[in-house]
Amino acid sequence: MTRYSAWSVFKNGLSGHKNWGRAWRDPEPKTEYDVVIVGAGLHGLATAYYLSKNHGVKNIAVVEKGWLGGGNAGRNTTIVRSNYMMPGNRDFYEHSLQLWENLSHDLNYNVMFSQRSHISLLHTPAARDGAARRYNTMRLTGTDAEIWDLETLKREVPHLNYNNARFPIMGAAVQRRAGSARHDAVAWGYARGADQHGVDIIQNCEVTGVNRDGGKVTSLETSRGTIKAGKVGFAVAGNTSRLWGMAGLGKLPIETHKLQAFVSEPLKPLLDQVVVFGVGGAHFYISQSDKGGMVFGGDLDWYKSYAQRGNLPIVQDVAECATSIMPCLGRVRLLRHWSGVMDMSMDGSPFICKTPVDNLYLNAGWNYGGFKASPASGWHFADLIANDRAGRKIEHFNLQRFERGINIDERGAGPDPKLHG
Amino acid sequence: MIRINCPFCGERDHSEFAYGSDASIEYPALDASVEEWHEAVFLRENIRGMQSETWHHVNGCRSWLVIERDTMTHEIKSVRPAHNGYASALTAAPKDTGSEAGEQE
Ligand SMILES: Cc1cc2nc3c(=O)[nH]c(=O)nc-3n(C[C@H](O)[C@H](O)[C@H](O)COP(=O)(O)OP(=O)(O)OC[C@H]3O[C@@H](n4cnc5c(N)ncnc54)[C@H](O)[C@@H]3O)c2cc1C
Ligand SMILES: [Zn+2]
Repeated sequence: MTRYSAWSVFKNGLSGHKNWGRAWRDPEPKTEYDVVIVGAGLHGLATAYYLSKNHGVKNIAVVEKGWLGGGNAGRNTTIVRSNYMMPGNRDFYEHSLQLWENLSHDLNYNVMFSQRSHISLLHTPAARDGAARRYNTMRLTGTDAEIWDLETLKREVPHLNYNNARFPIMGAAVQRRAGSARHDAVAWGYARGADQHGVDIIQNCEVTGVNRDGGKVTSLETSRGTIKAGKVGFAVAGNTSRLWGMAGLGKLPIETHKLQAFVSEPLKPLLDQVVVFGVGGAHFYISQSDKGGMVFGGDLDWYKSYAQRGNLPIVQDVAECATSIMPCLGRVRLLRHWSGVMDMSMDGSPFICKTPVDNLYLNAGWNYGGFKASPASGWHFADLIANDRAGRKIEHFNLQRFERGINIDERGAGPDPKLHG
Repeated sequence: MIRINCPFCGERDHSEFAYGSDASIEYPALDASVEEWHEAVFLRENIRGMQSETWHHVNGCRSWLVIERDTMTHEIKSVRPAHNGYASALTAAPKDTGSEAGEQE
């Protein structure tokens, strides 16, 4: 497999870039693996990569019902940040951001991670106080954080609606190390990295049944035959409840909801940062891709859904937010919009944990935060699977936390999955 | 757009309604065990397919409704008032007089 470098680009240039090798193999499934990860999204691929790289596990497969990166991995708005406050989330997301900072080098694949600043607009004194508390907590625990006054904000982001807004902008809470990345490249980079370490990535291979012998999973039924497995990890984003059901395990603190995203026609450079707008009922985030498209999104569709298609009321909401915060976008045309289905958990926080079945491990409940989390999620899920115990950074992400009253509810929204925006 | 046929107001866009929750949940008695409350408050079947759920006609008659809806196709199979009292009021009063009463208000 070629190592990508300036030299390899030059060399392949000599033959018109027609002779690049495959980035990963397309193997037939073997009958048996030591570890099978279900779901080739970012979390599944990262897990396989770190299992092989950090823990030397050899015989690993990732099985995917569609094509790798075709789920939420390739549908998100690519925001990466670590401005979480709650114990449990704080350390975990900061670790993820640190992994992002070196990810392109580690994978030898340019994931275009761009630390362009994440700017949450503030509109009321109460919001500013809340942000100051959160951002001070971040600073006290080793993460960069700033509160900007209006003058600084106007200088850094000149195109916002400073004149005429229903809720005038007062300033912003800013994390400069946050930013965005190219989501497809992250999936491909992890896939290539895992493949180089010998992981079989098997696409078009849907898991349709989970065979158990009492307290253990023995094999998976798939659309490409039965695959025996020593250990199994689920990383299937919005489909967790279905796989959980196949394993005969009953209910979960999860509902499946869909989230839409939007991209406009390409524009000349307009917005250098990620900007977030949330006041009253509004919820909106926007950035500009390297190709020039304005990439943005808002709330969930509010009702439970497994359909990977969005509905019109959110299109309207999001368009209203866009024009109220950046009126200059009024005549910009929308190029595409789409949706993905995600596990919304009861407190908005994830699960990386053991399950009632001995050799079955769960990675789920990623809500809105699953893109930024993927490096750390893979890192710690791999550690959990390899060592059969939860490391310190994920010890809170278990299924028992609701019984024990230690929910990790960043938003304080209570046990209603659709509210954890 | 999903269209919901409210038994009081007729067929409307779903943007008039707020999604509530899973209507199959039965809340246990106040002094029930922690396990029973934990299950009712936090655990969900999360069906892909036909499920029974509550919706609130918040920008309409403000009634709570129980709707059978497919979570994969969004097809709606049935809509009925959530409270039995409403349901009997509905059968007692024919629908057209209901809307006249609304106009007189
Ligand atoms: C519109 C949108 C915007 C978002 N924006 C952001 C953002 O800005 N920042 C952020 O941090 N997060 C964001 N997220 C969340 C993030 O994208 C997800 O939480 C994350 O991608 C989920 O993990 P994944 O990549 O592993 O999921 P996926 O890519 O969905 O991977 C799961 C895989 O499992 C496969 N699968 C399912 N069932 C089976 C089966 N039976 N057999 C085999 N395979 C199966 C699926 O096909 C899929 O490929 C956004 C999500 C959406 C939808
Ligand atoms: Zn009504």
